[in-house]
Amino acid sequence: MEAMGWGRYPKTTADLIQPVDSQALQKFISSQKKSASCISRGSGRSYGDSALSAQLVSSRFLDSFLELDEQQKVLRCGAGVKLGDILKVCIPRGLFLPVLPGTKAVSLGGAIAADVHGKNHHLDGSFCAHVKQISLVLASGELVTCSERENTELFRATCGGMGLTGVIVDASLSLDSIPSSYIDQRSLVANNLRECFEHIQDNADSKYSVAWLDCLATAKNLGRSILYLGEHAPSKNRRTDTLYRERSHLGVPFSTPSFLLNKTTMSLFNTSYFGVQKRKRRSTTLGCDSYFFPLDSISNWNRLYGPNGFLQYQFVIPSEGALEGITSVLEKVSENGKGSFLTVLKKFGEANENLLSFPKSGYTLTLDFKNEPALFPLLEELDRIVLAHDGRLYLAKDARMSEEVFKASYPNWERFMSIKNKYDPNNRFASLQSNRLGLTQ
Amino acid sequence: MKVLIIGATSAIAKATARNYAQQGYSLHLIARREDQLELLVSDLLVRGASKASHSVLDLNKFAQHEKILDAAFTELGGVDIALICHGSLPDQDKVEKNFKQAQKEINTNGISVISLLTELAPKFVEQQQGTIAVITSVAGDRGRQPNFVYGAAKSLVSTYLQGLRGKLLAHNVHIVDIRPGLVDSPMTAQFPKGPLWSSPERIAQKIVKSIRRGSHTVYAPGYWRVIMFIVSAIPEFVFKRLKF
Repeated sequence: MEAMGWGRYPKTTADLIQPVDSQALQKFISSQKKSASCISRGSGRSYGDSALSAQLVSSRFLDSFLELDEQQKVLRCGAGVKLGDILKVCIPRGLFLPVLPGTKAVSLGGAIAADVHGKNHHLDGSFCAHVKQISLVLASGELVTCSERENTELFRATCGGMGLTGVIVDASLSLDSIPSSYIDQRSLVANNLRECFEHIQDNADSKYSVAWLDCLATAKNLGRSILYLGEHAPSKNRRTDTLYRERSHLGVPFSTPSFLLNKTTMSLFNTSYFGVQKRKRRSTTLGCDSYFFPLDSISNWNRLYGPNGFLQYQFVIPSEGALEGITSVLEKVSENGKGSFLTVLKKFGEANENLLSFPKSGYTLTLDFKNEPALFPLLEELDRIVLAHDGRLYLAKDARMSEEVFKASYPNWERFMSIKNKYDPNNRFASLQSNRLGLTQ
Repeated sequence: MKVLIIGATSAIAKATARNYAQQGYSLHLIARREDQLELLVSDLLVRGASKASHSVLDLNKFAQHEKILDAAFTELGGVDIALICHGSLPDQDKVEKNFKQAQKEINTNGISVISLLTELAPKFVEQQQGTIAVITSVAGDRGRQPNFVYGAAKSLVSTYLQGLRGKLLAHNVHIVDIRPGLVDSPMTAQFPKGPLWSSPERIAQKIVKSIRRGSHTVYAPGYWRVIMFIVSAIPEFVFKRLKF
């Protein structure tokens, strides 16, 4: 079958293996030839080539809930369970996932492998900070568990390890209590990047915080943005407090011609979005789907970028150099006549001990670019700016970073390699990305 | 509501059971593999089922049907919905050359269902209410070259259901014949998938809806009714030359 990530670039052909349980998975791994390699795949929501390989091990049927301890607030479920399904189970019980990425379609296994982050990273850290234990099938075919206490180094390499240590079968994670499923949202307008940074700083104790940026604004307007702050709304002691309403979907049934996305339409969208949001009410209460997953309401929105797909470029730069670095990036983008529909800025809290996790203290910016040949030299220039400011790129979004850039920005890669070599000496688990980054092959 | 699911570990059954669990129903599951049943029971409880229990049986052991259904009715305290889902997809080339294998497949996909229905019918008559839903297949609508052994077994069940529906009408017992098209499940893992394939979850939604509405013959998804209408309308002198 043809396989691709969420960015629809690159594309490759692959065999899909869909084990129905851990025994079937173990049998598959053990029956592999020495030279064969595979990578696990959840919902296919990583953007680039991190879940691409000649053989894809799907967690689709590893989608059972195993145990929910409502007192201890611990949930154990299969790697293929989607975060949206977890919310469906949790919200009516007044429980919530402590970290939510921008889409609820992500599988639990994928969320762990990419150590995803959410709008509350500055307070609660990334997804794996709340993972208590992971069961995974190793290259030997053996099913093992790891946690902060047990097989610690395997745990540190698996959390954020992009599936390179083994195939995650199930995991247990701790949940939060919530007073209601609604979010009280406040929005603040910032007329430039410095103002946006100030707003973010001033509201550092806000539970959720993320800014949308008009990436086409230049000169004194550069970085004009809307900062969205969120808190769980208090309970109104009604049945609807813990009701989970899923929003209905619009869909994009096919790839739209990519010329529809050009500088004019993007500039139109960005300017009018900023204009409309600026005039909107400053505080409002939203259902959690609308707050956390606005893009999920348009299924297959990735097709809007046309048949060649798109690349998402997400980097983090430590706070000291962030204003300067992000300004240079935005300037470079507009200099090249490129733009992004959705540009998102967020402040991260401290990094964790996972060896390949992306988040580290500083500011992270996310840009979407339509895939076209002229884009690649620009992204290389952006890489240089990011590296010069001691930053790095998010592996779950990456489809083209060079080995040098990766190794220079992820200082723990050698420790990761030594653990990988111990558990998977023949590189049975490898993706197009890991080959490109010099982690396998 | 109390739901009995037979062949509960099939992909469609699992998705339907989850749908019912989310609505807080009580469920009893019957299937062959105990480990998978146990996994599903805990899954359903987390998803919100008020009760979930299971019993293990190879459904080709017809003699045990009565006992296992008795136990299920006792466990649940009556059954509002019985859903029969088990089946297997044989390799046509093999089974048409080997009667022993053909017989086994016809037993699994056809005769075992008749045996279950024979046991279920009087129990539902006694209750004077309920729905019996059976998953058959669009393959039963016409004997096609690539899978007519499977299709014959499924059409046996469909025909039986038509008669049974009338018999049970007076007793307030409803019969639903669900005919899924191409479903992307472990049973069909070896086939390349195209736009006509649907997910077990989509089929499950259709099943739940048609049981609630009291539909008779349901194609899942609905466009299969059109496809099968056309397939059935092809004159035999043309159809016999078609290899699809």
